[in-house]
Amino acid sequence: MRPFAYERATDVRSAVAACAAGTADGAGAVYLGGGTNLVDLMRLGVVSPGVLVDVTRLPFDGIEETAGGGLLIGAGVRNSDLAAHPLVRRRYPMLAQAVVAGASGQIRNMATVGGNLLQRTRCSYFQDVSKPCNKRVPGSGCPARRGDHRNLAVIGQSEACVATHPSDMAVPLAALGAVVHIEGPGGPRQVPMPGFHRLPGDAPERDTVLEPGDLVTAVEVPPLPFAARSRYRKVRDRVSFAFAVVSVAAALDLEDGMVRDCRIALGGVAHIPWRADRAESALRGSPATEAAFAQAAAEELAMATPLPHNAFKVPLARNVVVRTLLDLVEAP
Amino acid sequence: MNGEGNSGPVFADPITADILLSVNGDERPITVDTRETLLDTLREHLDLIGAKKGCDHGQCGACTVLVDGRRVKSCLTLTVTVDDREITTVEGLAADGALHPMQAAFVERDAFQCGYCTPGQLCSAVAMVREVADGWPSAVTADVSGPAVLDDDEIRERMSGNLCRCGAYVNIVAAIKQVGS
Repeated sequence: MRPFAYERATDVRSAVAACAAGTADGAGAVYLGGGTNLVDLMRLGVVSPGVLVDVTRLPFDGIEETAGGGLLIGAGVRNSDLAAHPLVRRRYPMLAQAVVAGASGQIRNMATVGGNLLQRTRCSYFQDVSKPCNKRVPGSGCPARRGDHRNLAVIGQSEACVATHPSDMAVPLAALGAVVHIEGPGGPRQVPMPGFHRLPGDAPERDTVLEPGDLVTAVEVPPLPFAARSRYRKVRDRVSFAFAVVSVAAALDLEDGMVRDCRIALGGVAHIPWRADRAESALRGSPATEAAFAQAAAEELAMATPLPHNAFKVPLARNVVVRTLLDLVEAP
Repeated sequence: MNGEGNSGPVFADPITADILLSVNGDERPITVDTRETLLDTLREHLDLIGAKKGCDHGQCGACTVLVDGRRVKSCLTLTVTVDDREITTVEGLAADGALHPMQAAFVERDAFQCGYCTPGQLCSAVAMVREVADGWPSAVTADVSGPAVLDDDEIRERMSGNLCRCGAYVNIVAAIKQVGS
């Protein structure tokens, strides 16, 4: 691991200034949250910052109610505390379920909300510095297209990159239209999800719309009363402590057997947490039946362009959408 | 991750920090390389070799210790980040010469074979039982907004961050259940 300077930020402005200064002088500066992904990537040689700016002592470790019934979740809130929060569990069960579906107890105690959004893909080529990877070394190529891509993207990928975003938490946040609060060298701004993460296009090295020095300070979850009827379902190769092959976050607003409103997002299928806009449009105003759910899922997945070894994800995603929505219909 | 992380000089001198590390109730002044993980500090500099190095990537749980009472992976924790925290290792679980109830239960239930993963299992289990008592949900909790009951499924799910290559899981579950219920 390359030697690095360690700075512990005590306030937002000094954190942003320290990161911007480290970036400007060529050392390469990054923020350190829980470190569960970053420290591992540094050890693997995938990232080699010259300056680590520790932001875990900043006052972003609380969860506050917002006017109208939403929540403002500090970027430094640990995954464990997010999942255990009574209002998260009651108002947005799919969010609590997604968080506890990810990683292990120890990792969730360390990992932060901001870091969860910014974790890097677990594509094996990205994590192996002996291999080309357009995300790690732009222009070096993507061996995954002809190599191991069983667990990579089936929607929205590009010639340059077929990686998936690994977060569980980000999937319900995309479904809920959460807003990412950012403090940067140019001041504060807000970016709604799913627009926070980027499709790979021809610049897969950029996972998000963040600019150098930008610091995520909070995630605001808007009020959505019908999200009290929501669910996260995750399919993985082993029953615990594994990344999603496919996952679905869904919320249903039902009235007299009809879908008045709904939210659906998919994980494990794209470079971003994938908001299923087409499926949502198809479902609004339709009967809450298995046939309607299957039709809506099929409309969303019609845009899938899978590779030879991950084509199974398309019917799998369709089935998981249908099952998740049926679970919500049948829920007490 | 922000900023550009791959530029700058490849070779540079190590950067160190003088910190005070609180481990098992003792404050220890120590000079650490900023790159050093808590696991390496404990084992190589403080002679606390209970926490084990298995995968060194946060996947096996052999390095589990408690930081401010919470279980974490010491292989993914940079020592320089925890100078103001209270660290507890397996060596700190027993009080006044008596085994911690979880340690006693592991002995009674024969919850290990080679023992390499055991310090991590113990630290993890002690903290996990507290998490359940605090009402934290898990991926197998039927109603995420309701309370959790420490049955076999809950124990297996909540301990999935600790691997045992001897496969002593059945007795590990029994030992934890004995303490936690």
